[in-house]
Amino acid sequence: MSIDTTPQLFGPGSRTLRRGAFSLRIQRRSLIVTFLLLIAALTVGWWNLISGSAMLGASEALAALLGTADEGTSRVILEWRAPRVVFTLLGGAALALAGAVFQSQTRNPLGSPDIIGFSTGAYTGALVVAVLGLSGLWATPIGAILGGIVTGAAVYLLAWKRGVSGMRIILVGIGVSIFLSSLNTYLVTTLRLEAAMAVATWGAGSVNDITWSHVLPLLGIGAVALPVMLANARNMQLMEMGDDAASGLGIHLERTRLIQFFCGIVLVAVVTAAAGPIAFIALVAPQLALRLTGAAAGSSHTGQLIPSAAMGALLLTLSDSLARAPMIPVSLPVGVITLILGGAYLVWLLMSMGRTSRKGA
Amino acid sequence: MTITEIREEAVAELPRLKAEPRLAAADLACGYDERSVLKELNLQIPEESFTVIIGPNACGKSTLLRSLARLIRPAAGEVLLDGDAISSIPTKQLARTIGLLPQTSLAPEGITVADLVSRGRHPHQSLLRRWGREDEAAVRHALEVTGTTELATRAVDALSGGQRQRAWIAMTLAQQTPIMLLDEPTTYLDIAHQIEVLELCTQLQREGRTLVAVLHDLNQALRYATHLVAMREGQIIAQGHPEEIGTAELVREVFGIDSLVIGDPETGRPLVIPRAPAA
Repeated sequence: MSIDTTPQLFGPGSRTLRRGAFSLRIQRRSLIVTFLLLIAALTVGWWNLISGSAMLGASEALAALLGTADEGTSRVILEWRAPRVVFTLLGGAALALAGAVFQSQTRNPLGSPDIIGFSTGAYTGALVVAVLGLSGLWATPIGAILGGIVTGAAVYLLAWKRGVSGMRIILVGIGVSIFLSSLNTYLVTTLRLEAAMAVATWGAGSVNDITWSHVLPLLGIGAVALPVMLANARNMQLMEMGDDAASGLGIHLERTRLIQFFCGIVLVAVVTAAAGPIAFIALVAPQLALRLTGAAAGSSHTGQLIPSAAMGALLLTLSDSLARAPMIPVSLPVGVITLILGGAYLVWLLMSMGRTSRKGA
Repeated sequence: MTITEIREEAVAELPRLKAEPRLAAADLACGYDERSVLKELNLQIPEESFTVIIGPNACGKSTLLRSLARLIRPAAGEVLLDGDAISSIPTKQLARTIGLLPQTSLAPEGITVADLVSRGRHPHQSLLRRWGREDEAAVRHALEVTGTTELATRAVDALSGGQRQRAWIAMTLAQQTPIMLLDEPTTYLDIAHQIEVLELCTQLQREGRTLVAVLHDLNQALRYATHLVAMREGQIIAQGHPEEIGTAELVREVFGIDSLVIGDPETGRPLVIPRAPAA
């Protein structure tokens, strides 16, 4: 493998790897940031695994993972805590991936699936299932996934005007989201009290009741969606230069858009189905990752997706740690924590966007 | 001097043999909604020419260029490349032959000039070959030709308008296409930067590329084009070398104004001076 450095072209952090027909340009900073984020996410995940009402030592947790612990410890670690930890890691990554894709495609940091109504639509799907009185392990997840996809299709079609522009998607999405919120409020009032209570807990975004049966669909869908999204990442990145420029470089605009949107919606829906709408991870994680990796990340086409996923995993596990911190008497839904942190970020984002647009005018 | 060298010199002195036109429009019709913009238009882009399309606003010149770039699907007729309809050519393959400098383009926040230019290599890259030596050589060459080598590590959004346009031209150059389409490449630039861009176009054309541009400034078109295409209401009124077709009659027919056409003292090309309205 030959490694040559080209400081005068791409700055000091750039390396080019070449071997035979294979060649690749990488950014050192992007790699280091991703690695550190992953380490941090796994560390917080490990902390969530051993801490809780029954504080367990690292050795006990390790024994449980190796299958040598007693039955009680095994149950706490493997059946209660491990699914939740794995779910927050994978779910955070999935939401962040979806956010990165939507922000790139709409060329706007506001273009996140929770702003443009896909989480609300998934919630509507779950409510419709509850209203119809359908039950069973898969009823709510399937309802939520269908709700997300139908909402996505509706936004896409309503925003269509000889192709789809980013700002139209955001505005149409916000409109659809407002409509669906009021529909959701109406649907909750038609439910019986117990059902309404159950749906309301879920609607706040909680990972308290996560089991392995929630983790598996996420794992399966993620394993398909991630490679597809990565394969289209380069095209997606070139589309950030404008539709005309991307067309000129030989990109199928609508095909790329459709594939990335579909993968993003399915990822959000499968997380929402299990844990309810967890706000703001999709909005915040890609932007934070971009700030940390620097603009240089844009030069390698996986530069946005992978660090975003790592950041999402860290944010959701960290929010979960806060939600179940010992100083908080009740176990809060994790969605409340992300809502507080993300809400503050959204206000800051809108203020700074206002500033830059004034500067540009 | 060896025999080979003598022969090479002799060949260099021969007028360059111009090949058959590669890019052409045949009975091309385009329209938005009900309004038709291009009406059964036929055009052949001469090889190794700097073809400039002019005409009043809404005459369809931009639509024509966008159709040639396959940004617009024609309602009828075809755009042909080497005799094949461009709609039947795989997009990536087409992007190795025809490059486009779009009128509106967005540089992603914070992207450096070198990164932007390297994106022009996309049609030549594959899943395995992400950044080969040819890619690097093409980017370096494009930076050099456009005089942006010193700007390589600068952020595009921090550049002046002229520098930014040169960076985008470098991106299109890195694509290494024999044909380049430029949609109003001088719009929003001051006169110095306009001249800079047009001189660069002339240089590229002399190196053997075919360039097609839409320009607003009639006198600049007359001065720099090797082939002028004058349009009005979706049809071609006249085409040819500016010195042959650049007359007061053409200006009246295309733009509907009276003018005086004199020889440009600097280049000898036609120079259009609109007449003052009669008192």
